[in-house]
Order: sequence, then structure tokens, then C-alpha cells
Amino acid sequence: MSEFPNKANVVVIGAGIVGNCLVGHLARLGWKDLVLVEKGPLPNPGGSTGHASNFIFPVDHNKEMALLGEQSANQYRDMNLSVDSGGIEVARTQERMDELQRRMTSAKAWGIEAHMLTSAQVKERVPFVNTEIIKGGFYCPTVSVVDSLETGTVMRKEAIEKADCKVFANTEVLDLITDDAPTPNGRRKIKAVVTDKGTIEADHVVVACGVWSNRIAAMADTYIPLVPAVHQMADVGPIDILAETNKEIGYPIVRDMDTFCYERQSAGSMEVGSYGHRPILHHPDEIPSNEEAALSPTEMPFTPDDFDQQMEEAIELMDMLGDAEIKYAINGLLSFTPDTMPCLGEIPDVDGLWSAAAVWVKEGPGMAQVVAEWMTYGYPRVIDVHGADIARFYHEEKSDEHIWARANEGFNKTYGIVHPAEQWESRRHLVETPYRSRQEALDAEFFQARVWERPQWYNSNADLCARYQLAPREVEWDNRWWSPITIGEHLNLRENCGVVDLSAFQIYEMSGPGALEYAERLAVNKLDVAVGRSIYTPWLNADGGFHSDLTMMRMADDRVRIVTGVFDGGRDEFWTRKHMPNDGSVTFTNLTKKITTLGLWGPNAPAVLGQLCGHDLSQNGSPYGSIIPVELDCGVDGLPNRTITAHLFRISYVGDTGWEIYTDWGNGPALWDALFEAGRDLGIRATGGGVYGTSGRLEKGYRLMGAELESEYNPLEAGLARPKVKAANFIGKEPYLAARQAGAEVACVTLTVEDQTDSAGRQRHMQGGNEPILDHNGARIVDSHGRVSRVTSAGYGPSVGKHLLMGYVPNELATPGTALQVMYMNEIFPVTVVGSGSAFDPGDTRLKS
Amino acid sequence: MKILCCVKRVPAPGAKINVTADGSQVDAAHLGFTTSPHEECAVEGAVQLREQHGGEVTVLTVGPTEASEQLRYAASVGADHGVLIPDDGSAWDPQRTAAAIGDAIETLEAQNGSAFDLILFGNESADTGGFQVGIRVAYRLRRPIVNGIKGIEVSGDGTGAGTVTARREIDGGFEVYELPRPCVLGVKEGLNLPRYPTMKGRLNSKKLEIQSLDIDAAAGGQRRVRLHRPAEQVSETVILGEGPEAAVAVVDVLEELGVL
Repeated sequence: MSEFPNKANVVVIGAGIVGNCLVGHLARLGWKDLVLVEKGPLPNPGGSTGHASNFIFPVDHNKEMALLGEQSANQYRDMNLSVDSGGIEVARTQERMDELQRRMTSAKAWGIEAHMLTSAQVKERVPFVNTEIIKGGFYCPTVSVVDSLETGTVMRKEAIEKADCKVFANTEVLDLITDDAPTPNGRRKIKAVVTDKGTIEADHVVVACGVWSNRIAAMADTYIPLVPAVHQMADVGPIDILAETNKEIGYPIVRDMDTFCYERQSAGSMEVGSYGHRPILHHPDEIPSNEEAALSPTEMPFTPDDFDQQMEEAIELMDMLGDAEIKYAINGLLSFTPDTMPCLGEIPDVDGLWSAAAVWVKEGPGMAQVVAEWMTYGYPRVIDVHGADIARFYHEEKSDEHIWARANEGFNKTYGIVHPAEQWESRRHLVETPYRSRQEALDAEFFQARVWERPQWYNSNADLCARYQLAPREVEWDNRWWSPITIGEHLNLRENCGVVDLSAFQIYEMSGPGALEYAERLAVNKLDVAVGRSIYTPWLNADGGFHSDLTMMRMADDRVRIVTGVFDGGRDEFWTRKHMPNDGSVTFTNLTKKITTLGLWGPNAPAVLGQLCGHDLSQNGSPYGSIIPVELDCGVDGLPNRTITAHLFRISYVGDTGWEIYTDWGNGPALWDALFEAGRDLGIRATGGGVYGTSGRLEKGYRLMGAELESEYNPLEAGLARPKVKAANFIGKEPYLAARQAGAEVACVTLTVEDQTDSAGRQRHMQGGNEPILDHNGARIVDSHGRVSRVTSAGYGPSVGKHLLMGYVPNELATPGTALQVMYMNEIFPVTVVGSGSAFDPGDTRLKS
Repeated sequence: MKILCCVKRVPAPGAKINVTADGSQVDAAHLGFTTSPHEECAVEGAVQLREQHGGEVTVLTVGPTEASEQLRYAASVGADHGVLIPDDGSAWDPQRTAAAIGDAIETLEAQNGSAFDLILFGNESADTGGFQVGIRVAYRLRRPIVNGIKGIEVSGDGTGAGTVTARREIDGGFEVYELPRPCVLGVKEGLNLPRYPTMKGRLNSKKLEIQSLDIDAAAGGQRRVRLHRPAEQVSETVILGEGPEAAVAVVDVLEELGVL
């Protein structure tokens, strides 16, 4: 064994599938001076990798999970440590059959072979399935079974050979040392890893500790929000029909989706696993040490009472299981996070401390590659991972209370049918906005955006359905988490005006002598504009792909305000702090909970706002893109006299004229009341996020971060490149210039659905859940970078009378009028390209009127 | 044939077992629980005798409410009845345990109207290893007992008068005992290879109605002063190398051991 080092470039903690693959990928990328420490023995240290069922179903609705699952499956294949067993998801209910049709759609999107099976066809492939209780199945021939322990060993050896990686098993991490005081950007730097064998100083430390990750992160006084949760599994056998295959796996894996169980052959036995039992969570301190554990630390004592129902259901599906002996049964621990996604990337408050956690065997090698590339290039190249970025979490999401509540709620969703718009039940109203009581009085339907609540529509506006003759959608799935009221609010805004609560905007200010220069470095577009002007701009990563799109306002010579969306606040704040000069020339302030924002839009918006101020609200006095400080008199029509200061930002995300009105948090209620009083006879309505984020936005073709805008695309492709490039340097400038030189291969376009009728004669409404855009032959459309054309956003456009979609298509298919097709619920619908501009008011006459 | 098996809930073996800070008891935080291995063989032996001769198998334990898990486990591999004598949470000494079990057996036999043809104990419990309870119960019931048994046969259908033939392993062979029924045996691991429960067996065990007998007895003379963990035996593993290069080192070791 090597001598224990006192210094290293990178220390990776944890030698499960993730840590091993990570050192392997770092070695491939040219990193040297790596150390891998593991508290357990090798090759099976006793974490979740050691008891994994080791199979990969590659189809997932979520793009990150699907593509990184596929990427991982291919890495296992490349090492010859994988067998394609095939897998079948069976349905006991019609609702599940519909879900399987949705999975067919996702399979098509990601290019994964899949087939719907009748019950008889299921039986042909798995003769011991009771077809009387199933309606059919979804068969994927590339479902694979992998050897995760051996893969870890191979990758670790590669790191040893390529990069002289030093490996220390049976070495427990006792502490992580960081700088005592944060730097001006509010971050501390990782210094060293203290172990029971000695202390190693390191520039980069990666926590790949699976279920223990949050405990290790806490040693650096930070967090990796995950909790160990039990996944029960029993190995039963021997069973003759399985033994006769003489193979580790001879029959396709069966996922009994309605009972949240799977049956996976393991030589002569069957592994029956479940995500259907009650959620059983453990604090990391409750996990035994390797010495204390009868099996391994993450194979905790089986609690049979929790598994009885799953056994009954398993026997129901496969009668032969009833007489099979339970040879081995565990409460296996896996990592669960508050939003079901992994925790990858640099931890925001500690420079050089990385998380590669909440990753399962099925996506381990791919996610290890993601983190390795992230450490190397500043952003992962293999795929955009904003959904798994650990910087996404807000303060309120890091507490044990939150993590446990969400893991409790999320556990049974593992095999569940989860609607794209499904809302969490637990941990709501975590941030109290100024308008909650007013919104509740209007019976708002709140949707949660991370920790913020935003009314999606107001049930008090139900009368608009009669006014505009609106009806619910025909199919329950399309109607779920949706209401025709949102269409009513849209039409009313276009006809009169509406008020949208934008309190969830994340608002930061950078001030000081270096603020403008730093702002220029972040933004693609020129920030050096007159005080009182704003820009909408992309921020790029080092490779020239999108990191963010947001608004930046020149509030003073030395002060720049940043306004970004709630889903990106954590990532954007981290990005801003990370790149900030540490010389004190820039001060960062988060004003999110000090400033509240209301959007007021519609043809009557100027008449409403005019009652609160004497300012010239025409495009001369309040031009598009300007920010004007004003005093607003809230004493409208008998309301108490109160003058508040505010900024009027003439902008629109919905396509009608109006303003975002920014004022101090405490002024919010007075402003709300004054606007509604002033708009009483002007048709004003509280208007929800359904208009702001979907119908209004889509009619205008405005791009949304995380949907249309991802690191895999650049501003040229998104149609957001300006004619000229500013002189000042900015992050991603060189690749951006190169992309401009090369020209865009794809274009972001809006499409209209020409006929929404399905084969059953029902009107269907696509959800924007990665439905594949197909050519006229029904073939997938994939560009030379491997990016697939898919629906990134979808929603009805009430003012254009059509269901609208957005997505990227190759330039030759981006011409307005091009006929294409879209798959939804495994059926094909005709669509037409509108173009890269707006479907509604393409000349922007309304919003600039 | 009516058979009674007495079992004990004990910490699952194979792990480091911690004791509480005051040394009064085992720290159960990370522990799974199981049935003493000798007693798993007793239950298996009883179920096999019933399968051969008919009758009923009753399983009895003294322990906390959670010990019903061990009764259900026995039911999942074929036992018919379960009896729990709840303890008061403290570890009962062997005299107290034996007295309670003896009283319970008298109660059960009175209920049944006949004696158990055979009563099986594990040779000793896996946790305290007192080697006492079976013998004390047999003495109390005035029935013959042999310990260390690894083979059982019964005469006739095992019911009523007749004999039980019991085999005990010794160096180079067996001792064979013939006991008049009713009698008591202390059995050892190796009597048989206990079956695992089937999934159906486990589900059936949920239907087991556990009879609770509130029986207590006076404490005996043995009491626990405190528990402590013995020093760990440290074993060192030296990796001699990988592949053919390791051969020389292996030869050196074998020579050192005098094997070569």
C-alpha cells in the first residue's frame, strides 16, 4: 500500500459506483494526483452499490435521467459488464396502460427501442406471469443488468494506471477543513480532508458517499440534501424454471408498475423489490458501521411486516413465487432527495467541494462523467444537468424537515404515474409573500416553484369561463393540474388587463467600482447602457452554451440589478458569486425578499396605472425596456392615502403593454389594493402563472430557461443572438464567436398543432414533456450533435386559437409552413412550423403601444 | 404427535454487538433479531416429525412483545401455535425463565387435556448461553432430558406412550439414548438444515393467533452485574501480491508454516 499522502490535487471520498467511475473519468480527462478514500473494504465497501439490483430501464420521461441512464448503460456495455436482459413494465389498470403509452412516447424521443405488448405477448416472453390480472405491457429490449461492483473496480484500476490514483480503503473521513472566513463573494475554500489515517490537503474534494453524503457535507458546515430511505428486497428461490436457464438472467425483468414492485431473475432465484411499502427513512447516524452491520451497513434488518402486501401482490402476478423460499431479505438503503433528482456539481458555499451524490447504479457512470467534465471544463459537456445541479436548492430546501417530508412523499412516486405539472402536498408556503391572504380570498390555485408559491389561476375568475365560453379538456390527464379559467384570464388580459404576482423573481444587485465591469463579464449583451435602461441577455458557460437568460438593469453608474426566474435563482446566485472578483470591488446583495414585483399588463394597464401616478406613461415617457423611479399614490377611491416609491419597468413577457412594478416588500399589499381599485371598471383581474408562464409566453414565443434554453444550445440557435457582438470580454465569448462564424444548425421555433384529434376521436393537449417532433415520415429528427427535436414547452394559445409548441428543429425544417408531426401518448399529430418569432402579434404592436 | 418448541429472541449474529453505556444491556440500535440457531433446528425438527406422524407443533417464548416476530417466523416454516410469556423488559435469569415456562407448560397441557409428547429446547441460547433452562424445565416437570442432540426418531406415531430415540455426536460416532415419552430434548445445530420460510408461509404466519400467558416466577440466584465487550481479536491480512508474481511469497509462507 502507498504511503498515506499529505497533499493531493483531488480527493474523492467514497468508492461506490460513483466514486470509482469518477476517478476513472478524471483520469481519462488528464487529471493527476488523485486520491480515493473509502471507509469500508474493497471491492464492496458496504454502500448502496453492494446491494443494488443492478438493472437499468433506460426509458424515463425526464431528459437528464433518460440520457444519463442510457449513457451509463453504454459505459457498462463498453466494459462488457452488462447483459441486455430486456424488461417489461406490466399494467394492471387502464390508467397504467395510458402511462405506458406515454412511456412509448418518451422511448421514441430518446431513440430507445420499445414495444407495447398484449398480455398474451407478455406471457410469450415471461411464461410465469399471470395474464388474467394484467392488461398489457411495455417491452424494452435494451433493459440491461450490470455488474456495478466490477465496473467500479475496472474504473478504479484505470485511474490507478492512467493517473497513479492512490486508493485507501478502510479509511474513514473524520472532518473537512475549510477557510475560517468566507471571501468577499461569500464562499469558503476547501482546504483538507482529515481521516483516521492522516490529513490530506486538497484543492478539490468530491463527496461521493451515497447515503452518508449529507453527513460528510456537514463536516464542512454545508449540505447535500438527501436522506437514506429503505428499499425492501427479498431474494426467493430456488425456482426450477429460472434455474433451468443456467443464466444469471434469462427472462426479461418485470416491473409490476401498479404495485410499485419488480421481479428480477438472479440465477435460480427471483429478486422481488418494492417501492410500494411505507416510506422508511433513516438518519445517517442510524446506519451501522461496517463492524456493527450483520450484512453490510446499507443492508439493514428486514422488517417483514412492511413487505407482506408486496409479497401478496408478487404472488398474484407470479404464482410460483408463493412456494419459493425467502433466502435473503433486506431493508436496503438508497438516497432520496427533496425533489427526486440527484445532487451534482460544486457545492455553492464551499469553493472546491463537489457533490456526486443521490446517484443510483443505473445512472452512476454517466453522472460520474458529468461531474468529471464539470470539474474539467467548468460545465458538463455530455448533457445539460440543471435539474441535478446541487446549486438549485434554496435555503428552505436544505433542512432535515424538508428533506424528510419530501422523501416521504416522493418515495412512492418512484414507480408512480407522475403528471408533468404534479404538485407536492407537503412543505407548502415556505416563503410568505405579501399577497397570500388576498390571493386566498380569490381562491387561488397555488403552484409551487421550488419554495415559492405562485397562483396558477384564481378560482374566483370562474365567471370568465362563461364569458368566453370555455370548457374543461376532454381527457382527464390533459385536464389534470389545469383549468379553463387560465384561458379566461388570458383572454381578459388581452381584452382588459391583469395583475400577475411576480414576487418569486430572484433579485440581486451588484454594486461598487467593479460592478459594471463584472456585469459585462457575465453577460453576452452590452451592459454599458444609460442609467435607467435594462437589457435582456443570455449568460453563457465557458463552452458558449446557455447558463442563464435574465434581465439586467443599470440602476446607477456603479449598480446593476439582476432579475431572474425562481427556478434558476440558486444556480444564478452561485454563478454570480463564483465568478465575482474577490478584491472587494463588487458587493453582492440578494434583494429577493426585500423587493416585491407585480406585473400589470393589458390594453387597460396604462389607464389603471395612470390613476396612481402623474408620470407620462406613454412610450415616450416610459419607453419599452426603461426603468423609471416613481411615487405611486395608493389612496385610490377611498383607500387610505399612502404614497409608495416604486420602479416601473416597461417590459412584457405576455405580449401586451404594461409594466413590472417593483416596490419594497412592505408596500406590496397597498399596491395590490390600489391597482385593483383603480382597475375596478377597467376589467382588471388577478391573473395566474398559466398566462404568464404558458399561454401569454408561448403566443409570443418567449424562451424559458430550463425548457428551450439549456447549456446544449447557444444564443444563435435559440434565436437570441444580436446582430453585433460587444467589444467587452465575457464568459463564453470565444465559443460564441466561433458559433456565429459556423452558423446555427438548428432553430428554436414555435409550432401549431393542426389537428388535436386522437384515434378515439378525443381532443388531446400536449404537455411539453419532451414529446418527440418527427418528420413527415414519422422519423426522429436528430442533429449532428445528437440533439433530438422534442417539445420543450406546450400550451394552448387562446388568442391564436391553436395549441402551441416550442422546440428546436434543423434549419431546413424551420421554414414557416413546414409540416411536421409530434408524438403524444404514442399517437401522431400533425403540426406546422410558425417560425422562430411570435405566433401572436409578430410585430409587437401591442406591447409597444 | 404434540410437540412443544421453546425458542428465544436473540440479536442476529455476525455483527459487532455494542452494550449500553451503563453496561446493563445490549444496545439494540443497529441490531436485527432472530431465533437462536439451535432452536431454529428444533422447530425444523418438530415440523419434520409432524410431517411424518401428524399432530401439532406449538412454539413458546419468553420475551418482549417483539418476540412474537420469532413465533411468527416459526409459524412461517410450519409451526401451528404460538405462545408468548411476556417478560417485564428485563432479562430473566434461567431459574425464573424455567419456572415460568414450566408453569406455562402445565397450563397448556391442562388446556389440551394431554401432555406434549416431546418438548424441544435449543442446547443453549445464542446470547446468554446458560445451558440451564431446558434441564430446569425437565426437572420441574419430572421428565427425562438429554442435551446435545443431533438426531431424533420416535416410536409408533409419536403419540402417547412409547419412546423417543435421540442421538448425540461424540468423537468417532454417536451416543444413542432411548427416552420414554413424554420427554425433553436439548438439540444442537446440525440436527437438520432448517428451511427458509416461503412467501406463502410468511403470509400464512400473519394469521397465527398468539396466546399470551401472563405467568411470572420468582427471580433465581443468578443476576447480571454488567456487560462488557471483550477486546477485539485483531487479525491482519497481508496481501502477498497478484498473479504469478505472488507465487514466491506464497511458497515462503507455506515453508514458514512447515507445510512444504
